[in-house]
Amino acid sequence: MTDIPAKLSFAPGNADHLTGRGSMATGHASASRPVTGATPLLEVRDLSTAFLTSNGELPITRQISFSINAGERVGLVGESGCGKSVTGLSLMRLLPPHTARITGQAHLAGQDLMALSARQMRAVRGRDVAMIFQEPMSALDPVFTVGEQIAEAYRVHFPVSRAEARQRAIAALVEVGIPAPEQRYDEYPHQLSGGMRQRVMIAMALICEPKLIIADEPTTALDVTIQAQITDLLRSLSERTGAALIFITHDLGVVAETCTRMITMYAGEIVEDAPVDDVLTRPRHPYTSGLLRSLPGLSARRGVLPSIPGRVPSPGRMPDGCRFRERCGHAMAGCEREQTLLPMAADHVARCWRARDLRLPGSVNDMAADSPVAHNLAVAAGEIRP
Amino acid sequence: MSSVTSSPPARMSQQAGQQTQAAGRQPPVLRVEDLRIRFPVNNGLDTVKAVDGVDFEVRQGETFGVIGESGSGKTTIGRALVCLLQPTSGRILHDGVDPATLSRSAFRKRRRDYQIIFQDPNAALNPRMTILDSVMEPLWAAGEGDDASRRRAATEALVRVGLPPEAGERYPHQLSGGQKQRVNIARVLTLRPRMIVCDEVVAALDVSIRGDVLNLFADLQREFGLTYVFITHDISVVSHISDRIAVTYLGRFMELGPADAVTEKPLHPYTQALLSAEPVPLPSNMRVNRRIMLEGEIPSPVSPPSGCRFRTRCPSAQARCASEEPAWRELRPDHWVACHFATPEGPPPPNG
Repeated sequence: MTDIPAKLSFAPGNADHLTGRGSMATGHASASRPVTGATPLLEVRDLSTAFLTSNGELPITRQISFSINAGERVGLVGESGCGKSVTGLSLMRLLPPHTARITGQAHLAGQDLMALSARQMRAVRGRDVAMIFQEPMSALDPVFTVGEQIAEAYRVHFPVSRAEARQRAIAALVEVGIPAPEQRYDEYPHQLSGGMRQRVMIAMALICEPKLIIADEPTTALDVTIQAQITDLLRSLSERTGAALIFITHDLGVVAETCTRMITMYAGEIVEDAPVDDVLTRPRHPYTSGLLRSLPGLSARRGVLPSIPGRVPSPGRMPDGCRFRERCGHAMAGCEREQTLLPMAADHVARCWRARDLRLPGSVNDMAADSPVAHNLAVAAGEIRP
Repeated sequence: MSSVTSSPPARMSQQAGQQTQAAGRQPPVLRVEDLRIRFPVNNGLDTVKAVDGVDFEVRQGETFGVIGESGSGKTTIGRALVCLLQPTSGRILHDGVDPATLSRSAFRKRRRDYQIIFQDPNAALNPRMTILDSVMEPLWAAGEGDDASRRRAATEALVRVGLPPEAGERYPHQLSGGQKQRVNIARVLTLRPRMIVCDEVVAALDVSIRGDVLNLFADLQREFGLTYVFITHDISVVSHISDRIAVTYLGRFMELGPADAVTEKPLHPYTQALLSAEPVPLPSNMRVNRRIMLEGEIPSPVSPPSGCRFRTRCPSAQARCASEEPAWRELRPDHWVACHFATPEGPPPPNG
């Protein structure tokens, strides 16, 4: 989060944060996710974030709407600049009011996070919803021991003695699989490896048993063998504690292995929201399909890799209608009209007029027969001997 | 400064094997003999053994992939290959010549044949120079041509990497990450090098343009007969682009062989674990749940474990692994491994 303000130019005097609060009428029609029986844990409705720059407001995300049930693990994917991290930071209310204007609602267990005062939000942040950042080294304070920092996260919300908070923090270190936790408690961040620091961040996020954890690229800075350990840990913790997880990442493989649902973002909008297995098998949005096809593991070795031509339009200069149409091989007349998230199946929506009639390749049907992944599958199926 | 610590039989077999390989082929573009690179840390009290005894050769026109986790020494190897770092001991031969033995001017002439492209396309370009000036700079440094011919060559290179000639008038901040990396490719291309070290060149790029840049590398290789040393932590990238792959761990090679053999039928338990840790974007019913979870993390290169360096995390480790460094053995044609218990069938089964 530390680098976010650096990206912005400051616009002093315009501190009228959250002026959009309540302006969205209840029962807004654009929340197109089909209603399920149970009340979702988190319901985000028309959440838009704009950065306040010296040239006026720069819209970054536009009308983000989705909901998450308790225990669900949702991957929020997209390329750099698509607004996935901004969505996470907006939900946590971590964007400074004088640099960002957020409109819309986000109900966590019935309470609208966007309508809370700064003081009320402090009681929720860390307690009901916690965040894990990409760079544990910059998220940890170098002058306090990791144990103190974990214990502090607990003491902020619960009136316990230092000794009890210490016991809680050590229990949390055990839970995230840190060996010799009593000894580690008294160590400083620089004494731990990258993987251990990320475990400390997870312990800090977990200690108050939040209902929702937002993890922003938690494994991107880690080696692949350590990434496997951390994604396994997040998955098993979410299964055990029932905490819902928003996993922000650009790595579709990580989403496939960790999450139950995948939300694809492009140029500040959600373009697809579906169960992971469905979207990998049959993506409905051409952008999701293009992302899956670009992965080298699914292409023939040494063959030409598919890619998406062109570049993402920059904020403030977004085309009308479909924001992907200039790069889309399936664009047609009409794509410049305003698009909404159309229902494809009970739990699958896509922002594309052609989503129903297109049959787009996913990771399965587009896989080259001589790709590394296809080979491993054939070995597993007993078709060829390793 | 350093003493040779690896067991003599391991080294002898490695070199003997490479001599038989080299016989009857073109001389290798690059040959590395028992390379060791150490860095003093802690005010000289300790030494990081970043590269600790590596032998290999890179053949004309091939893509030699080097894969490893952070701290495995892969970047240090890459920098040493283009003389940005001096070996503590061992030799690097460019077309059979050790650049360390050359005079300054002879070295300058030869250096242009061995180029490197770095990971961060932003940091590699001077923000105060126009793109065209940046692309012309290597030619100027090599003392080639006059200003007009350098300008012409640089513009040609920009077009060849897929940028419009007008891009030359812009500054780095006006280009996207993918375009900047193309500029860096154009810079080395102007020199018509024989070999290019590519150090994590697509790691900073988004997935949708990564494919484009990898395709460009493949095209340029065909067109100019380039030889690549492709250094990356990304298994899917290295297995896509490489002819042969070396797997590094704590400053040594664990395995070296043809790309498809290494990624599909690995011989070393570390390679096997690394491959299984790669997340695969497949639906759950198609995913093969055979992940080998490695315990712990890569040990410190200041004091690597005795015997086999991987033994502290190896699921198949035995007592012998702690006492004896594994020999470098050719278990399949052109496919080498450093593991006591690997057989031509594959890695040893896990313990228990």
